[in-house]
Amino acid sequence: MMDITFSPLGDEAIVIEVGYEITKEATNLVRSIMRQLEEAAIDTIVEVIPAFTTVTVFYEVTAQFKFKDIKNLLEKMLVEITESDTVAQRTIEIPVYYGGEYGPDLEFVALHNKLTVEQVIELHSNGTYEVNMIGFAPGFPFIGGMAESIATPRRSTPRLRIPERTVGIAGMQTGVYPIETPGGWQLIGRTPMDLFLPNEEIPSLLQAGDRIVFKPISKAEYDQWEGE
Amino acid sequence: MIWIEKGGLQTTIQDLGRRGFQKYGVIASGVMDPYAHRLANILVDNKETDPTIEITLMGPHITFQNDCLFALTGGDLSPSIDGLPIKMWRPIVVKKGSKLTFGKPVSGCRTYLAVAGGFIVSEVMGSKSTYLRAGIGGFEGRALQKGDVVQVGECSQYVKGNMKHLSKNENKGSFIQMEWTLMAKAIPTYRPETSVRIIDGRQAHLFNEKSKDVFFNHAFQASSDSDRMGYRMKGPQLALKEPKELLSEAVSFGSIQVPPDGQPIILMADRQTTGGYPKIGQVATVDLQKMSQLKPGEYLRFERISLEEAQHELMKERKLIEQLKQSISLKFKEGI
Repeated sequence: MMDITFSPLGDEAIVIEVGYEITKEATNLVRSIMRQLEEAAIDTIVEVIPAFTTVTVFYEVTAQFKFKDIKNLLEKMLVEITESDTVAQRTIEIPVYYGGEYGPDLEFVALHNKLTVEQVIELHSNGTYEVNMIGFAPGFPFIGGMAESIATPRRSTPRLRIPERTVGIAGMQTGVYPIETPGGWQLIGRTPMDLFLPNEEIPSLLQAGDRIVFKPISKAEYDQWEGE
Repeated sequence: MIWIEKGGLQTTIQDLGRRGFQKYGVIASGVMDPYAHRLANILVDNKETDPTIEITLMGPHITFQNDCLFALTGGDLSPSIDGLPIKMWRPIVVKKGSKLTFGKPVSGCRTYLAVAGGFIVSEVMGSKSTYLRAGIGGFEGRALQKGDVVQVGECSQYVKGNMKHLSKNENKGSFIQMEWTLMAKAIPTYRPETSVRIIDGRQAHLFNEKSKDVFFNHAFQASSDSDRMGYRMKGPQLALKEPKELLSEAVSFGSIQVPPDGQPIILMADRQTTGGYPKIGQVATVDLQKMSQLKPGEYLRFERISLEEAQHELMKERKLIEQLKQSISLKFKEGI
């Protein structure tokens, strides 16, 4: 077994940790563990939440099945786990209208990085991106692969309301707020595309492992798309 | 069906939550107090998983449009029927047209209303729970408000039999409340200063000694911006041994995370699925019922419990619920 550790999250969950940094190896391992757990469909497992370097398993506690039992079960199951073979990745294009009222922090991001607004848009829309995890809010993607030259720290005071479908930057990451929530990311634009799909079988447009392309669009294109 | 004449502060339809969709970032939601919810359902011969109405601090005005059987559990918000105070934690038969209202909060924060037959709303991602922020689930994805009519399902045959019998025997008054209630140890008392048991958090070892010490030896006050997402607690500042950036990972019902301002946040039913703040502790599942009845302004203390002990306590609670369920279901069969 690779360097995998197990620790409790309260009395109804166990965290499988595969590393401490976002690496290709860690994200692939998280994906293989997810796949293996889903294929095994163990009935004492209630739900599984993957993140950057962890997979958290929520289990049904019974008199005969407690923390050490789920730990044993998972240890045995993952004894020969390896990184997943490269599966065919989907590429999803997300149209973005940058700046203006929808991207109130675009100028700050430019200023912070000593760039022009045009350069920030250019750099943001030319990255090779991958969804590292979905979490925080319904369908919210944490997207890795952004150019370091536009990295910007979170705002010191989070905003109370960020409109749905706003595109933001936090440190080295970029992401999109699928629904209106509070949040501290720097807001650079907005997409007309829905990321949270409550009526679909899989309610999130994006999934960990997806490749992302951000495509700049004009206000007119944005309005036309949203109108449809 | 029931008719909402006044919505109250925050009155929502909830069940035991949305399971299996957190991997898509979908918030679990569900009742804040799972114990009171389960008991309310058991008292009207429903399934524990049926939805109940969660009532917060200032209750709604509800008119019953049919004869029905209901029960109230959880916090005491001074319920009455047609102006006459009623008791909680027992089945009550009510006549068509009667009005349920609430008064001042006496103890606790949240009352659960179960009606025999359950409330009929459509399922979203396997659950009838309302998640207000995304506007999904429950009654049109929102809190109940004036003018709403909520449909009630078919009640169990035993409930029907009992209601027929009861309405024949006593015709005076608009309701009949049962003389019996649950055994004393099954009815919680909610105090303005309470304690909950804490399992060590995944990052407890990152906190400095002083913080670990004050965490378990000082009272923390629930701030006024506490809600279904979490309780924001005010108290001595908690700090890490040294600043550390963590990667986001899953959180759960009762996780206690500490943001850089050093004031703990206890994550509740509408918590986000993942979080990046260090977790100093985790409220034992059996104590979530106490936690969720805490009002803003009230005080909380933390006591340490081992994981083994917490799981043992959880099993004890399950056993108690199972026992209550069997004895109440027998009462319905033999006649309440």
